Amino acid sequence: MKLTGAQILLECLKREGVQVIFGYPGGQVLPLFDKLYDSDIRFILVRHEQGAAHAADGYARATGKPGVCIATSGPGATNLVTGIANAYMDSIPMVAITGQVKTHLIGNDAFQEADVTGITRPITKHNYLVKDVNDLSHIVREAFYIASTGRPGPVLIDIPSDIQMKDAEFIWPESVSLRSYKPTYFGHPGQIKKAAKLIANSKKPLLYIGGGIITSGAHVVLRELAEKIQAPVTWTLMGIGGFPATHRLSLGMLGMHGTGFANHATMESDLIIAVGARFDDRVTGRIDTFAPSAKVVHIDIDPSSISKNIRVDIPIVGDAKNILGELLEQIKKLPDTSDWLKTVDGFKKKYPLKYKESEKIKPQYVIEQIDEITKGEAIITTEVGQNQMWAAQWYKYNYPRTFISSGGLGTMGFGFPAAMGAKLGCPEKTVIDIAGDGSIQMNIQELATCVCNKINVKVMILNNGYLGMVRQWQELFYKKRYSHTCITGPDFVKLAESYGAVGIRVTKKEDVRPAIEKALAIDNTVLVDFHIEPEENVYPMVPAGEAINQMIEGLA
Amino acid sequence: MRHTISVLVENKFGVLARIAGLFSARGYNIASLAVSETLEPSISYMTIVVEAEDEKILEQIKKQLNKLVDVITVTDFTKKEHVDRELILAKISYSAKDKAKLEAMLEKHMAKIVSHKGDTAIIEAVGNQEQIKQLLAGLSQFGIKELAKTGRIAMA
Repeated sequence: MKLTGAQILLECLKREGVQVIFGYPGGQVLPLFDKLYDSDIRFILVRHEQGAAHAADGYARATGKPGVCIATSGPGATNLVTGIANAYMDSIPMVAITGQVKTHLIGNDAFQEADVTGITRPITKHNYLVKDVNDLSHIVREAFYIASTGRPGPVLIDIPSDIQMKDAEFIWPESVSLRSYKPTYFGHPGQIKKAAKLIANSKKPLLYIGGGIITSGAHVVLRELAEKIQAPVTWTLMGIGGFPATHRLSLGMLGMHGTGFANHATMESDLIIAVGARFDDRVTGRIDTFAPSAKVVHIDIDPSSISKNIRVDIPIVGDAKNILGELLEQIKKLPDTSDWLKTVDGFKKKYPLKYKESEKIKPQYVIEQIDEITKGEAIITTEVGQNQMWAAQWYKYNYPRTFISSGGLGTMGFGFPAAMGAKLGCPEKTVIDIAGDGSIQMNIQELATCVCNKINVKVMILNNGYLGMVRQWQELFYKKRYSHTCITGPDFVKLAESYGAVGIRVTKKEDVRPAIEKALAIDNTVLVDFHIEPEENVYPMVPAGEAINQMIEGLA
Repeated sequence: MRHTISVLVENKFGVLARIAGLFSARGYNIASLAVSETLEPSISYMTIVVEAEDEKILEQIKKQLNKLVDVITVTDFTKKEHVDRELILAKISYSAKDKAKLEAMLEKHMAKIVSHKGDTAIIEAVGNQEQIKQLLAGLSQFGIKELAKTGRIAMA
């Protein structure tokens, strides 16, 4: 059967199980959009291409399925770039499709031309420029395969508009096999045995988990392992939800804004079992002081993550779920961790996560209320900065894929479009974007997308009139010289209303809870503008370049 | 320290840019790079000489190369017995009285004159790093006007 390139692409997307596409039309995707007009795949028209990329990312994080976004050539594609880089840093499966100028015009500085495969090479797992319509179906198949296997990541397909119009025989490749790409899924049995032995002989084991737990769906087996060996569990920002926050063995997040007890426990540990985490600088603090007495077992599907930042005693390459399952079977002798757990409990008492109660609205209080009202069952997305850290610290995440945040790249403006994507992927869930007044303005235009498509996400703005995290650094390390961090926002209530959404302003502490309840009850997109204590800081805090037990514990 | 590695890659559009981009993005240095098709036209063979301060960086370079979807295999020759060669072309000028001296030296280094015009000659030589170094030292007395090197290729 002969189809045009555009039809082939859509047929491939359908066969890959794509249910929703986020995108924006333009000159070089006209043939594709013409065929989309007849397609039964749901298309969400965003108001800025960056919103499309973040929405596809949020969809992927919430569902585990690759997110798909489409933009035109040139500016459409460059507007996707931040979203693609964001997905790359956090290993999120995504397929980005861009239009390109006609094949014969490539390299001619044609109207709306940009070298998109060149621009995105360092921020994609792989990318393609389609030069022959006969290659299209296997490229799309490969793109989905590469995006969603091994360590996932975004893959971009750049399709010149003439290729979209050309006819070719449609052949669906039943399977994909690439001689140059063979991810390792099963850990080396000898290494797993060695790890089991180290665990048996440890006195202070600690599980340190990252996003890999969530990607591989290893949360259940992780919990079994933690309970079996009675080891406390700490996690990175990306690992949130990989282990129940309310579990007796949970330590919360570690690192720069981690809990005091997680950081102290990490420094004291004699065996760190790292799973799907990469010892990022925000986690380790000063690297030569990190966990001085600990041996390290590092389980990761990406060999290049191992021994990149810290020396590893037992590296195990493979899928977290498989390896933890094997490890569980290999552990014959259990360590006695009762003294260790007592020490850790001591840390929990000595260094609790805390804030000073006030008559003003404290951001931590707002998040605690959101947690209580939603019973920890919502999907929370965040922007970047203080809002993100408070959301990470004060909401109790018990399930994977319920905390969606820009970890590696730290992209302001991510949370709202990501919430949109998450809501489309999980329509039965309450989806809340915890935002700052700075970040929310970076992709505020997506209010229109939400309202038009009845994507009823709730945005909780922790409005302090500052770019809060930068202001905090200026307060602590730059003598309170608040250089360009004081921002004036719009009237968020009127803004919401102008888009057809609902706006609620909260200036009194006693109105916090009713406002959240009201927002959740309204069948519309709702923006709640909490006027919080303006100079509240995120604590504890490890200053950059310090050991992670050298925390500032201020109680602002 | 310099290390020689070879990389088999899919001979596809943009693959050289992927390799070069990886080195620049991660701050690694390439001392030389030689690329060509293999007998199997869908595969290219690259020999890369990299600068790596320590073992850890060299390990990362190999792992990052392996991570590229178009990379088939990476071979590190650092601890492997191997043969490496480089081809050079050097343009020198010399006077007739030096001819015998030059020819003796070229013979010693297994180099030869491949082009000759007036008092300038283009010399071709193949050798390993040390051999080439010695040849260049010998040629310097004649004054090297131009020098082109292929970069190292290696095989174990």
